[in-house]
Amino acid sequence: MRDISYEAVLARKNEIMKKAVGIDYEKFMSSELAFDYEQMMEEVGYSLDKVREIQAETGVGNTTLVELKQINRLIKKIAQKGKGARIFVKDEATNPSGSYKDRRASVSVYHAQKHGYKGVIAATSGNYGAAVASQAAKRGLKCIITQECYDSRWIGQPEILEKGRACEAYGAEVVQLTVGPELFYYTLVLLEETGFFNASLYTPYAIAGVETLGYEIAIQTKELVGKYPDAVVITHAGGGILTGTARGLKKAGAIDTEIIAASVNLKGLHMASDNDFNKKYFTTGHTGFGIPFATFPDRSDVPKNAARALRYMDRYLLVTQGEVFYITEMLAQLEGMQRGPAGNTSLAAAFALALEMDDDKVIVVNETEYTGAGKLPSAQLTFAKKMGMEIKRGDPIKEDIPGKRIVIPEHPSQIGYIELNMDDVRRSYVKEVIKRYNKKNFTNEEIKFMAEDTNTTEEKIKQFISEFLGGEEN
Amino acid sequence: MEAKKGDWVQIQKTLLKPEERTASLPNDTKKVPLEMRVKGFLINETAKLGEEVEIETLIGRRIKGKLVAINPKYEHDFGEPVPELITIGIELRKILEGDNNA
Repeated sequence: MRDISYEAVLARKNEIMKKAVGIDYEKFMSSELAFDYEQMMEEVGYSLDKVREIQAETGVGNTTLVELKQINRLIKKIAQKGKGARIFVKDEATNPSGSYKDRRASVSVYHAQKHGYKGVIAATSGNYGAAVASQAAKRGLKCIITQECYDSRWIGQPEILEKGRACEAYGAEVVQLTVGPELFYYTLVLLEETGFFNASLYTPYAIAGVETLGYEIAIQTKELVGKYPDAVVITHAGGGILTGTARGLKKAGAIDTEIIAASVNLKGLHMASDNDFNKKYFTTGHTGFGIPFATFPDRSDVPKNAARALRYMDRYLLVTQGEVFYITEMLAQLEGMQRGPAGNTSLAAAFALALEMDDDKVIVVNETEYTGAGKLPSAQLTFAKKMGMEIKRGDPIKEDIPGKRIVIPEHPSQIGYIELNMDDVRRSYVKEVIKRYNKKNFTNEEIKFMAEDTNTTEEKIKQFISEFLGGEEN
Repeated sequence: MEAKKGDWVQIQKTLLKPEERTASLPNDTKKVPLEMRVKGFLINETAKLGEEVEIETLIGRRIKGKLVAINPKYEHDFGEPVPELITIGIELRKILEGDNNA
């Protein structure tokens, strides 16, 4: 009988993963750190045209780009004269399972089917589970979704419970676990037991699937307003939607569009903590994923993560939970669109940006998601109150305390953002590399890789290394 | 309550005891086991809550564990009306209608 203890399974990780994703990552790697990202994306992924063809087969993509006319009127009303950019939103909730994640799942499930796998497995507590389950149903494959769902008292996050329900509705087996990163361990156990394909969120297939989103945004914006978007605001967690959207925009020719990441600020809450688990009211799109995945993307379940947000990110903004609940209400009440919460994280940031940008500028929010039981602000805040959170109206940025207090704005002009210094984020990336690989010396190739991976210069990378290692580099 | 063969049920199983868990965990998580819940159709002829049983899942996988629920209900809902949210729409429309004191 195979040994399924934690240590034994993790020791077999590479072997299990190789069978379950079918990618030889070694081929692209020149050291433990550096690898040829573009070559990997080109050889392993699928071309944009092929992805469009795959997605058309299962009714994914080609969603509407909607101008938020009432919200834009509101922005003009409260912005200073000459300010007030227009916001458009890509209505990704109209995909088959209700989010952009259908794009991300579509290529993996196609690939699994083509290569004769009997089923697919994905470890996810988010919309991705429903997307994989839905795509698997369409292609006649079996599907298992593993979720981190409950705390040790069996209190489940309503949003995750809803996603579990959706997965079951599409015929998937849902394995619900208590809090802990060992979700990954048990996913390996299941991959080994079933021989199914690992529909990881972080393979080149997954990211290639998202490129169509950026591509469509570029084309549709140009059709509607005569130019590419000035900025696209993207909810950031694991980095996949940002990476894929940015790549797609570039492929369409929108090379000057600013790529702005937005996450909910949950500073101070520990992601693997049993106690903190039910103090977060967005199960994704928050700093607990956003910062670690930006600064060390290779923490994912594949040897080299294809979602590399820092390569494309121009700015990184944080918003509060209260602002996202407020903007979710605004979208429903003024635009007749009940959506979210995920895409509304970026909508909150976009609203704040629109107030300060010139009135001829165009901002695109690149996603919406379906909503309903468990996901609605009313469901989340009812749960938050039960967990002992304080909910009040007030100034969201001044009064917000992650894990303790949610502050709903009293006026739309209170919607703002906290901007992270991109060089500090890049510094954290360099620090993580030094720590993870226990590195003191870097080759020129590695310096070049790190500069590309963080969208900065080699000089900057050398400077950051010397800040941490006291000039010992090279 | 007793479940019969073929009933839709939920089982629970401990995957890792506290001492078997990964070292890099916060203390609160380290103290508790990693546990799993899965739903499926009961294979045993009959079973009571708390008994060890076997199920077949939606994709036909067989798993053993402790029976914790029979015909488990989806308990997440739309929540209660939230006073901090209910008036937002009215407030925003007032601003749109030109009330500068809104």
